[in-house]
Amino acid sequence: MVLKVFFPSCCSSAESGILVGRWLSEQSSAVILAVVHFPFIPVQVKQYLSEVQRVTKVSVSVLGSWSNSKQEKEENLSKFLEDLGTIFSHEPWIQISKEGDSKFWSCSTLQKHSNSPKEEEVILIYYDQRKVMLSHLHPPLDTATSTDHEADDASKLSAIFHTVAKSKILFMTDRYDDGPIKLTHWQSDGAEASIIVELMKQASVPACMLLTFLLSLVSRICRSRVLKFWPLSFLWSKLSTCEQLGHRLQHLQVISSNKKAQTQTQLMRKANIFVSLLIDVALGILLMSWLYRKNRIGRLADTLIPVADHVAEELQDLLQWLMGAPAGLKMNRALDQVLGRFFLYHIHLWISYIHLMSPFIEMILWYVGLSACLGLTVALCILSDIIALLTFHIYCFYVYGARLYCLKIYGLSSLWRLFRGKKWNVLRQRVDSCSYDLDQLFIGTLLFTILLFLLPTTALYYLVFTLLRLLVVIVQGLIHLLVDLIDSLPLYSILLRLCRSYRLAAGVKFRVLEQQDGKPLRLLMQINPLSYGSVVQTYRLPTYSCYPKDSWISLCKKLFLGELIYPWKHKGEKQD
Amino acid sequence: MEERRYRSASGGPIALRALQHSASCRELAVRCPRLQLRSLSAVTSAVWLAAYGLFVLSQNSMVLSAAIFITLIGLIIYLHFVKIDQESLLVIGSLGIQVTSSYASGKESTTFIEMGRVKDVVINEAIHMQKVIYYLCILLQDPGDPQGVSEIVPLFQSSKPRLDCLIEVYRSCQEILEQRKMAPQSN
Repeated sequence: MVLKVFFPSCCSSAESGILVGRWLSEQSSAVILAVVHFPFIPVQVKQYLSEVQRVTKVSVSVLGSWSNSKQEKEENLSKFLEDLGTIFSHEPWIQISKEGDSKFWSCSTLQKHSNSPKEEEVILIYYDQRKVMLSHLHPPLDTATSTDHEADDASKLSAIFHTVAKSKILFMTDRYDDGPIKLTHWQSDGAEASIIVELMKQASVPACMLLTFLLSLVSRICRSRVLKFWPLSFLWSKLSTCEQLGHRLQHLQVISSNKKAQTQTQLMRKANIFVSLLIDVALGILLMSWLYRKNRIGRLADTLIPVADHVAEELQDLLQWLMGAPAGLKMNRALDQVLGRFFLYHIHLWISYIHLMSPFIEMILWYVGLSACLGLTVALCILSDIIALLTFHIYCFYVYGARLYCLKIYGLSSLWRLFRGKKWNVLRQRVDSCSYDLDQLFIGTLLFTILLFLLPTTALYYLVFTLLRLLVVIVQGLIHLLVDLIDSLPLYSILLRLCRSYRLAAGVKFRVLEQQDGKPLRLLMQINPLSYGSVVQTYRLPTYSCYPKDSWISLCKKLFLGELIYPWKHKGEKQD
Repeated sequence: MEERRYRSASGGPIALRALQHSASCRELAVRCPRLQLRSLSAVTSAVWLAAYGLFVLSQNSMVLSAAIFITLIGLIIYLHFVKIDQESLLVIGSLGIQVTSSYASGKESTTFIEMGRVKDVVINEAIHMQKVIYYLCILLQDPGDPQGVSEIVPLFQSSKPRLDCLIEVYRSCQEILEQRKMAPQSN
């Protein structure tokens, strides 16, 4: 099989020495991690490597020799290097040599116990050690479902990434250390660190503890018995603001936990939640400053009452239109007048309540607007709740119209069965034939006729109020969609993909470098970053998603029968 | 490094370039016809004529600036996301197969498939619009079932070479794929 040597590009200009790394025999690949320079004592090298192996659980060993000769000398050096092969017995012993500044290196192998004497082909693959170490390989989605063990065997690249990533301790010794071993790797000039990052790491521990304490207080208050009484608990469940606040509280608890993230997924999730919260609060504070400057919120409160009045007037006009001859249809005058006057009185009551509340509206709105500093999502949820409260009368009308229509439809279907001489058998849940008495048939047919001729009036009222209700539901739905989007977007992952694209790897790509006859094939291995779509899909934050639970067909059926529709179902609620 | 000329399935001229880097590494690149100046100016003039007609009707100069904006954005999107200049296949024995598409704006999209996942490279037939065309594809191994195929990766989808070009590419690939069957050492 072809021998593949993965050589770190940072060691290209290193002094002569021996190569240290991991040999993957099933793939016939050698992953070189570092170069150990002369002078060294073989026993100490072996001791150091066994210690590294014990800590990292990666089988690191001496793989071969590296000679970087500036002039055309070193006949005895090559003999010396071959003799090293006998001290560090490794099969096969790889010898790489570079002459002067030439790009083309020669690579040969020494096989002592080989059965085939022919020269096997060698491929030299350069890789950027720092990038491969920091990168996280994402398996393609179809192999992600298979078990981890199989995936490790199947993917050779993940073995290489794993080797480099786990050998962090090998990269800790730099050239300023006074140990017996002198290494060259990507960090051999000394590790870099940022003061700000270190300070933040130190400050994060007490900050996390404080935050955990505060959050436990808040959650204890929320769970107290006082807030669980019936009217209040019903109110909390209906307001979407409380859901959103609960969701954000959960997020805060995840961030402020003291346990360090074990896997990459957990780390990315924490980081995504943190950045999402930060952006949310920043946008909320921006919104708040815009609202409170020039007293815009006062002006908003002043326009709220006229808008509610205007909506009520439009509804009154609509009802007057329905009470006349709407769209040329002829309604049943008596029923029309009854229903119309009933709804008109309802609107009159609603307007009176709004006018009663009008002096307090500005103050309430002013204080409620302050809660926008908790985040833009909270502000949007409050907006959605205000819309729901302002259009409460439309919701009431829809319920009245739907119940009336539903009763009528059930009555009609039952009496239609009577008309045909059949009956609904509740025990068997099917339609059976039944012989009715004459007076039953007479009354039934009369009632059927009455209901049938009153159907257009009720149906029209039902249609109009259902359309209005659907309009309000669509507006609320759009707001919730926006809130969902802000909640679930993994902003940190997207930023990482934009700025440090090598951290999220979908795979690798190879580029063929200049070749020379007789020298091994030279390839450059680069990291192929994940596409933005896959980033969003992999790292999406889960939400209390409120997708419509009905399909279109069942929705139409419910509308036709007059059943009440509740289009938004939250994940926590029990399904009925 | 010679270039041979062939025709694509729709009749346009394409060129195949075969490079042998080493005994087990080959690169095969198919170059599609470039963007024609004729078609570009035809589309641009059509859009601007329509915009000018709308301007004469509505007397609103926003229509003209909107037309210029749309043309520019449309051209950028076309060059960056739609128009493929060259599709190449890099076969490295015992490492894998790399499929690259280079777009007219210089963007390159690459996929690397490891040799362990590759079952075979075959020429297949497909119904495309109103024609039946030949296309080259890579069959991926199903990890659970040694005889099964888990996925098919079609190659050269934008240039769609005809059978004669595909046979050349197929022969090159098979020569390298056979080497892995010939030399399985004790692993």
